[in-house]
This record gives sequence, structure tokens and C-alpha cells, in this order.
Amino acid sequence: MTPALPDNVGYVAAAYLVFLALVLVYVVIMASRLARHQRELLELEELADRTVRGGREREPV
Amino acid sequence: MGAAVNALLRKDLRLELRAPQVVPAMAIFAVMTLVVFHFALQRRAVAGELAAGVLCVTLLFAAMLGVSRLFVADREEGGLDAVLLAPVDRTALLVAKALALFAFLALLEVVLVPAFVVLLLEPALAAGALARLVLLLALADAGIAVVGTLVGAIAVETRARDLLVPLLALPLLLPVVIGLARAATPLFLPAGAGELPVRWLAVLGLYDLIFGLVAYALFDFLVED
Amino acid sequence: MLYGKRLTALALLTAVTVTTGFALAFFYAPMDADQGFMQKIFYVHVPMAIVALCGFVFGGIMAVQHLRTGEPRWDLRSYVAIHLALILGVGVLLTGSIWARASWGQWWVWDEPTLVSFLIVFLLYACYQPLRFSIEDRDRQARYASVFAIVAGAFVPLNFLAVRLAQAYVHPRVFATSQGGLPPRMALAFLVCLVGMALLYVTLWRYEIASKQTSFRLRALKRKLGGDDAVGDRGRSAAPSLTA
Repeated sequence: MTPALPDNVGYVAAAYLVFLALVLVYVVIMASRLARHQRELLELEELADRTVRGGREREPV
Repeated sequence: MGAAVNALLRKDLRLELRAPQVVPAMAIFAVMTLVVFHFALQRRAVAGELAAGVLCVTLLFAAMLGVSRLFVADREEGGLDAVLLAPVDRTALLVAKALALFAFLALLEVVLVPAFVVLLLEPALAAGALARLVLLLALADAGIAVVGTLVGAIAVETRARDLLVPLLALPLLLPVVIGLARAATPLFLPAGAGELPVRWLAVLGLYDLIFGLVAYALFDFLVED
Repeated sequence: MLYGKRLTALALLTAVTVTTGFALAFFYAPMDADQGFMQKIFYVHVPMAIVALCGFVFGGIMAVQHLRTGEPRWDLRSYVAIHLALILGVGVLLTGSIWARASWGQWWVWDEPTLVSFLIVFLLYACYQPLRFSIEDRDRQARYASVFAIVAGAFVPLNFLAVRLAQAYVHPRVFATSQGGLPPRMALAFLVCLVGMALLYVTLWRYEIASKQTSFRLRALKRKLGGDDAVGDRGRSAAPSLTA
């Protein structure tokens, strides 16, 4: 092992951690977007149910 | 298209001659900047690299003023609509603007260069060096004019146009800064003016050519409505 | 076109390649003679830089297509390409700064032409989103953004040329242009890292476009089912919209 190792491990680790942090931040943002999509889907399902029920109610008995 | 460019150019120049706002503002700003440099750098005179740098920065920032104003008057007074209604190639509008900007920069330099020589330059400027400086400034001005027109056209439609012009233009103009500063340095040497380095003239020329072509291709998309 | 289709396979390939690349960098590539262990930063910093720059140019190409066809999907592709390249750019500047600190004890050095050029390009593209944000008319916003993306894309190589010429070549480094001078084991590790980074970029690009498309279609569906008032206000966004 070269004598440079103890000094620079911190820097190398920091550099790779920057990369990892960027990727993880991206994952977090995408996860929150996915959560929003799920919520919108729920709303859409309710809307669809209401429309279908509304259509059925208008039919003569 | 040449006739359209001619007409539009003459309109812009005549407007400026009749009610000069852009060129005087740029000129006063430039001379003021020289004064600021004197105090900021704490020197009585500059030479060589420092001189080239001071000239370059002053020119650049004064140009930013000119670019900001380039389209605003047209847009506010509706002149743009009149041109768009005419059966004229849209590109002609922006070519005329670029030529107008080039002319304004040239007029600016008529004031700036003597002011610079008198106020800050250590050795006097020899006649031969002056000719070479003129050539160099022409190349640099062409680049600034093209990029300035592009950026001005983009920025005039935004809400933050005064902020966006320098933000967009300065990075794009960096090769011009590098080329101008490097090429002007030998002209301001205390020992005596040297030759213009061809390499930097080539860089400026290449920049002008590439951006000229890119701008020419894209101008149309900026003036659709 | 559904972007989510082969995303799983792509993501898996990316994960494998990046991991392999880093493993090679640490366990297979030899230690650099003059820089020692800190040279290992090179395997994450340079691939990010190359991919980011290619991403910017790629965004410019997408913008050309947008101007030629007028279809908003090209604008979306261009936007995402530039957006991702910008994020990578932050990483490049940070890792470059760390490397500079490790090599020369300062957080920034002007001697490294590639890093300086990169800073300039980054500052330019940082204006892309503010520019979009400040133009309200969606059509014009997309068009002007494309013009900007093309100009900036043309600027990237010119900038590198000019800055490189302006440097005094004081510090020859193990940088992208001297790839030919790398010993074979280093070159292999570097190549795998580069491919991994490129794959990561493509994966994230497709991922983000798929996510945005999903948003648009959900909104369109909501509008179809509930009428225009069921759809909430989108809020102001710099991103292009695919809904008519």
C-alpha cells in the first residue's frame, strides 16, 4: 500500500458518496411522484364509479 | 432579402440617430467603467495582459446594455408587428438587428478606445497597433453582435429580460472574451506592440462563423407568432 | 410510445454495469503511480462529465427535431435530457472540486481546462429552466427553449476548444483526452464505468419521461371523466406539457 492511502480515502469516499447521494435524491423525487400518481388514480376510480352509478340511475327501472 | 435587411437596418440606425439612447448610454457606461477600474485595480495605468483584460471586460458589459435595449423599443411600440405583416423573410429582421448592434458597438468603440488609451494605457498606442486593434475589435464585435441578437430576441419575450440577457450572453461569449483578451495583449505591451497571434484570430473567426450559421438557421423560429 | 416497457431490463443492466465498473476501479485497476489512491475519483468524475456533456448535446439534437416537426414530445425529450445532464453536472463539479482539493489542496483550480469549460457550460444550462419558467405562452416557451438548447449545444465544443487553447498545459493529467495513454487495466475499468454511467443516464431519462407521460394521461383521464373543473390547477412549471 502506498503511503498516500490514509490521507485520501476520505476524499475518494466523499466523491463516490456525492454520486450515490445524487442517485438517491433522484429516487426520492421519483418515489414522491409515484405516490402522487397513486392518489390521482384513487380519485379517478371514484370519478369513474360516480359516472357509472349516475348512468345506471338514469335508466328507467 | 437584401433589400429588406437594408431597409430595416436604415430604420434602426435612423431611429438611433434621431433620438440617441443606446449608444450614448453604452459610451458613458464604458468610460465610467474605466474609472471604476482605475479605483478598483488601484493603478494609474495598465499594460499588457491587464490592459487587454480591462478593455475586454468594459466592452462586454457595455454591450450587455446595448443588447438589452435592442428589441425592447420595437416590442413596446409595436414596430415588430408592422414588420411581421410585411411580406418579408423573418430572418431579415434579425440580420438587420445584428448589423445594427454591430454598428452600435463600432460607434461605442470610437469613444471607448481613445478614452481607454488616454485614461489607462501605459504606453501610447502606435498607429500600426491601432490598425491591428481595429481588426481584432471587428472580429470580436461580429461575435458579440450575433450572440447578442440571438439572446436579445429570446429574452425580449420573457418577463425577466434584463436579468436573462447577461445570464445567457456571458457564458456564450466566453470564447470571445478569451480570444479578444489573448489577442489584444501583445498590442498593449510596454516594450512595443507585437503582432496579433493568428491562433486567436482564427478562434474568433471560427466562433463568428459557427454562431453566425447557427443564428441564421434559428432566427426564423424566434419571430413566429 | 410507452417508455416503461423495457425499463426493468435496462435498469437491471445499468445496476450490474455500474457496480462492475466500480468494482473494477477499486479491485482490478492498478494504483496510479503519481497520484495514488485519490486517482480513483477519476472513475466516477470523468464518466459523469462525458455523459453530462453528451446529454447536453443530445438535448440539442432533440430540440432540432422539435423545431423541425413541431411535435411537443420532442420538446419533452429535450427538456428531460438537459435536466438530467444538469444534475450530473452538479456531480461533476462537486467531484471535480473534491479531486482538486485532494490533489492540490484547493477546492478550485483554474489550471484544469476541462473543469473550467464545464463550469461555463453548467452556468449556461442553469439558465434553461429559468428561461422556460419566465415565458408564459406554452408554445413560445417550447420553441424558445429549443432554440436555446441548440445554441447551447453548438456552444459546448467551441467552448472546450477555446478554454483548452487558453491554458498553458501546466498539469498533464489522466483526463478524458488522454485515454489512449491509460494502461489497459485502467482503461477497461474506465470504459465499464463510462458505459455504466451512460446506461444510468438513459435509464433515468426513460424513467422520467415515463413518469411525466403518466402524469399527463392521468390528468387527461380526469378531465374526460369529471369535466374541466375536476382537474386542479397544475401550478406553474418549467416542464413542457403534453396535454393539448
